[in-house]
Amino acid sequence: MTTTIEAPALERHAAPYRLGRADGLATGHGEAGPASKRVVVAFGFWIFLLSDIVMFSAFFAAHAVLQTATDGGPTGRDLFNPTRVAIETACLLASSFTCGLSALATDARNHVWTQAALLVTGLLGLAFLSLEAQEFAAMIASGAGPERSAFLSSFFALVGLHGAHVSVGLLWLGTMMAQLFVKGFEPVIYRLICFNLYWHVLDIIWVAIFTVVYLIGEGR
Amino acid sequence: MNLFGNLSWDALPWNSPLPLIAGAVVIALCVAVAAWVVLAGHLPYLWREWITSVDHKRIGVMYIALGLVMMLRGFADAILMRSQQAVAFRAEGYLPPEHFDQIFSSHGTIMIFFGAMPLTLGLMNFVIPLQLGMRDVAFPTWNSTGFWLTATGALLVNISLVVGVFSRAGWLPYPPLSELQFSPDVGVDYYLWALLISGVGTLVTGINFVTTILKMRAPGMGYLRMPMFCWTALASSLLIVAAFPILTATLLMLTLDRYLGFHFFTTAGGGNMMMFINLIWAWGHPEVYILVLPAFGVFSEVISTFSGKPLFGYRSMVAATLGICIISFLVWLHHFFTMGAGGTVNAAFGIATSVIAVVTGVKVFNWLFTMYGGRIRFETPMLWSLGFIVTFVIGGMTGVLLAVPPADFLLHNSLFLVAHFHNTIIGGVVFGVFAGIAYWFPKAFGFRLQEGWGVAAFWLTLAAFYAVFVPLYMLGLLGMPRRMQHYDMEMWRPWVLAAMIGVVLFGAAMICQVIQLVVSIRRRDLLRDETGDPWNGRSLEWATSSPPPQFNFAVTPNVAGEEPYWEIERRVIASRQNESGYEAIPMPRNTATGFVTGFFATITGFAMVWHIWWLAILGLVAAYAVFVWYAWRDVSEEEIPAEEVARIDQIHRKRRADRLARHSDAGESA
Ligand code: HEM
Ligand SMILES: [Cu+2]
Repeated sequence: MTTTIEAPALERHAAPYRLGRADGLATGHGEAGPASKRVVVAFGFWIFLLSDIVMFSAFFAAHAVLQTATDGGPTGRDLFNPTRVAIETACLLASSFTCGLSALATDARNHVWTQAALLVTGLLGLAFLSLEAQEFAAMIASGAGPERSAFLSSFFALVGLHGAHVSVGLLWLGTMMAQLFVKGFEPVIYRLICFNLYWHVLDIIWVAIFTVVYLIGEGR
Repeated sequence: MNLFGNLSWDALPWNSPLPLIAGAVVIALCVAVAAWVVLAGHLPYLWREWITSVDHKRIGVMYIALGLVMMLRGFADAILMRSQQAVAFRAEGYLPPEHFDQIFSSHGTIMIFFGAMPLTLGLMNFVIPLQLGMRDVAFPTWNSTGFWLTATGALLVNISLVVGVFSRAGWLPYPPLSELQFSPDVGVDYYLWALLISGVGTLVTGINFVTTILKMRAPGMGYLRMPMFCWTALASSLLIVAAFPILTATLLMLTLDRYLGFHFFTTAGGGNMMMFINLIWAWGHPEVYILVLPAFGVFSEVISTFSGKPLFGYRSMVAATLGICIISFLVWLHHFFTMGAGGTVNAAFGIATSVIAVVTGVKVFNWLFTMYGGRIRFETPMLWSLGFIVTFVIGGMTGVLLAVPPADFLLHNSLFLVAHFHNTIIGGVVFGVFAGIAYWFPKAFGFRLQEGWGVAAFWLTLAAFYAVFVPLYMLGLLGMPRRMQHYDMEMWRPWVLAAMIGVVLFGAAMICQVIQLVVSIRRRDLLRDETGDPWNGRSLEWATSSPPPQFNFAVTPNVAGEEPYWEIERRVIASRQNESGYEAIPMPRNTATGFVTGFFATITGFAMVWHIWWLAILGLVAAYAVFVWYAWRDVSEEEIPAEEVARIDQIHRKRRADRLARHSDAGESA
C-alpha cells in the first residue's frame, strides 16, 4: 500500500514573510480582500476608542503629576466620600452588565428586551451622573472647586471628562432608542455594537479613575 | 451681560493700517469670488460636486487647494518677518513688537496645521484608495467632516486677522506666557479653538485611514504588496491616532486654565508649566513624522518610477518606516534639553534621537540604490526628489548636532534651530508635496503640468531655500536667538540681508508655480493623458483612467505581486482581452453633513473666543441636530448600474489598448 502525500497548495501562500492571518481566508486579513461592513465599522470605532484612551491618559498623567500640588488646600482624604464613590461604581458596573444584556437581545432581534435593557442602562448612567454632580456641587460649595489648587483642577478635569463622556453616551443612547423604536433594527445595528464598545470602555476608564484618583487619593 | 460677549467694534483694527488694509483686501477678494460663483451659476455645481462630495478624490483635491492657499498666506507672514528684520538693525522697523509676535505665531501655526497638514492629508486621501484598489475610504462622510473641520480651523485663524488679534505666544503656546495673566486678549483663544476643532478633524481622518488601509484592501493586496506610499501613510495615520489626542488634551487643559480658572500650568495654585512643555512635545515630535513620512512615501514612488526599477530594499523600507513610527514617540525631550532633567536623562534622549537618523539613513541608501543602474528620467517629480535627498540629509545632520545635549544648550532657540526644522520641513515635506502634486496631477485632472515652468520653479525653490537658510544657520552659530523684533549686532546684519534676498527668490519660485498652473490649464489639450498612465508607473492607480471614474475601478482588481499594475499590464498585453463581469456598484451618497458640521463648528468656535455663550450653546445644539438628521436618513448609498460601469470602462480600455498597440508595434520594429 502506498500513500500519496499531496503537496500543500503553495501558489498563494508561498511567501514566507506574510503578516497577519496565515490562512488568508477571512476577509479583511492578509490577501483576502475587504472586510465586511460590520467589521469595518467596529474596527474603526475601536481605533477611535483607543485614541480616546490616549486622551484620557494625558489627563491621568496630569493628575499623577499634580496629585500632591494642593497648594495648602484640601487633599483627597479631606474631600472624597467613599460610600458615594462605591455607589457610583456599582451603578456604572451594573449598567455595563445591562448594556451587555441589550447586545444579547439585539442578537436575538428581540425589540422589547433590547429597549428594556437599554433603558435600564440609561437610567443607571443617569444615576451615576447625578451622584457625580452632587459630589462636584458639594466640593465647589465648600470652596474646593477647580480654581482652588492644581490638584483640584486635575481632579475636576479628569473626572469631569469621564462624566462628559457618559453624558454624550446618554444623548446617543436616547437618540438610538428613538430610532430603534421608529425604524427597527436595520439602521442602528452597527451603532448598537459601537455603543456597547463605548460604554464598556467608559467602564474600564472609570475603574482606572476609581483606583488612581479615589483609592490612591484617599491615601494621601 | 452683553449680548455679544466681549465682542465690540474695538475688535476691528481701526488704528493699525496694515491688518485693516490686508483684511479689507482679503474680504473683498472673497466676496468677489463668491459673487462670481453665484452669478455665473457655478454654485449648484460646486455644491453638488465638491462641497457635499464624499468622494475621496474630490476631498483630497480640496485639502490640497486649502493647503496651497494657506501656504501662500503663511508665506506673506514670512515676507513680513524677514523684511522687518532686514530693516530693524538698530531701529524699530515697521512692525511694532505686538504685531511682529502675532506674525511669527500665525506663520508657524498656519504653515504646520493649515499648510503642511492639509497637503499631506490631501495626498493620502487621493492616493490610498487608488493604490490599494478600493472604491472609497472606510468612512466617506467622516472624511468630508474631517476636511470641513480642518477648514474651520483655518477660517478661525484668518478671522483673527481682522476681528481681534492672534496669539503672540508662538506656534506652540508655552505657558505661563499663554495664560490669561500674561495674554489677556483673545489671541490665544483663537489659537486654541482653531486647533481644538481642526484637531478633531485630523483625528477623524487618521482613524479613517488606519481602518481603510488595514481593512479595505483589494483581494490579493497583502501587507507586503502595498506600495511604499501606503505604508508611510499607514504609519503617519497611526501616529495621528496616537498623538493628536495628546494635543487635544493639552490644549483643553490650557483652555480650562484660561476660561475657568484652572491651575494646570499657571504660576500660582501649584500649576506646573513644564508639564505643558512635556505634553505638547509628546505630540509635537510625532507630528513632525506625521508630516514627513508620507513625503518619504512619495519619494519612494517617484524615484522608483522615474528610475524604471522596483524600489530597492522594499522590506527594509517598511521596517524603517515602522521603526521611525515607534521611535518618534521616544525622543520628545530633545525639544527641551535645557529643562535640566539631568545628564543621564538628556543623554538617553539624545541617543534615542540619533537612532532616528540611523533609521532614516536606511531610507536614503535605499533611494540611492534604487536609482543606481536605473534609467533615470529627470522630470519635475524626480527633480524634487533629488533636491530632497541632498537637502534633507543636511537637515538630518544638523538635527543630530542638536541631539547632542551640550551642543543643544548653545543652539537651542537660536536661528540654527529655526534653520534645522525648516531644512527638514521644506526640504522634506514641502518638496515631497510638490513632487506628489506633479506626479499625481495628471491622474487627478487628466492632463499633465507643463514641464518648463515646473523645472524653473524647482530650481528657484532650491536656490531660495539655501539662500534663506544657510544664512540662518550662520546666524544661529553667531548666537542670534529666534523671534527677534529688532537687533543691534553688527555681525548679524549681512546674513540677515542675505536671507532677505532668499525670500525674494522664494517669491519668484511661487510665481513660477502659479504660472505653471495657469499655462497647464490653458494648454490642457496638448498635455492630455489619454492612457491613464503618463509616467510608465508601477502601481495600481495607473491602471484606471485619468481622471478616474467615481468608482475608481470598474472591476475590483485582483492583485498578484508586489507591483500589481505591472502584472495587470503584462497580462493585458498578453491577452488583449476585455473585462466581461461588470456589476452594479453601490457608492456612498453625497451629504452636506460635513459642511454643515463645519459651519456650526465655526460659529461655536467664534462664540467661544468672544465669550458669547448663548451662541456657543446654539452651535452645539445645532451640531447635535445635524447628527440626528444624518443618523435618520434612510438611503445612504446609490447604485451605479452595470451598463454605465461597462460604458465608462470600455472607453478607457479602448484608449489603453490603442496605446498598448502603439507600444508593442514600436517594440517590434526596434
Ligand atoms: C533626522 C533626524 C532628526 C533629528 C536628529 C532632529 C533633532 C531635533 C532636535 C534635537 C530638535 C530640538 C532642538 C532645540 O529645540 O534646541 C529639533 C527640533 C525640531 N525639529 Fe528636528 N530632528 C530630525 C528630523 C526632523 C524632521 C524630519 C522634522 C520635520 C519634518 C523636524 C522638525 C523639527 C521641528 C519643527 C523642531 C522644533 C520646532 C520648535 O522648537 O519650534 N525634525 N529636531
Ligand atoms: Cu523632535
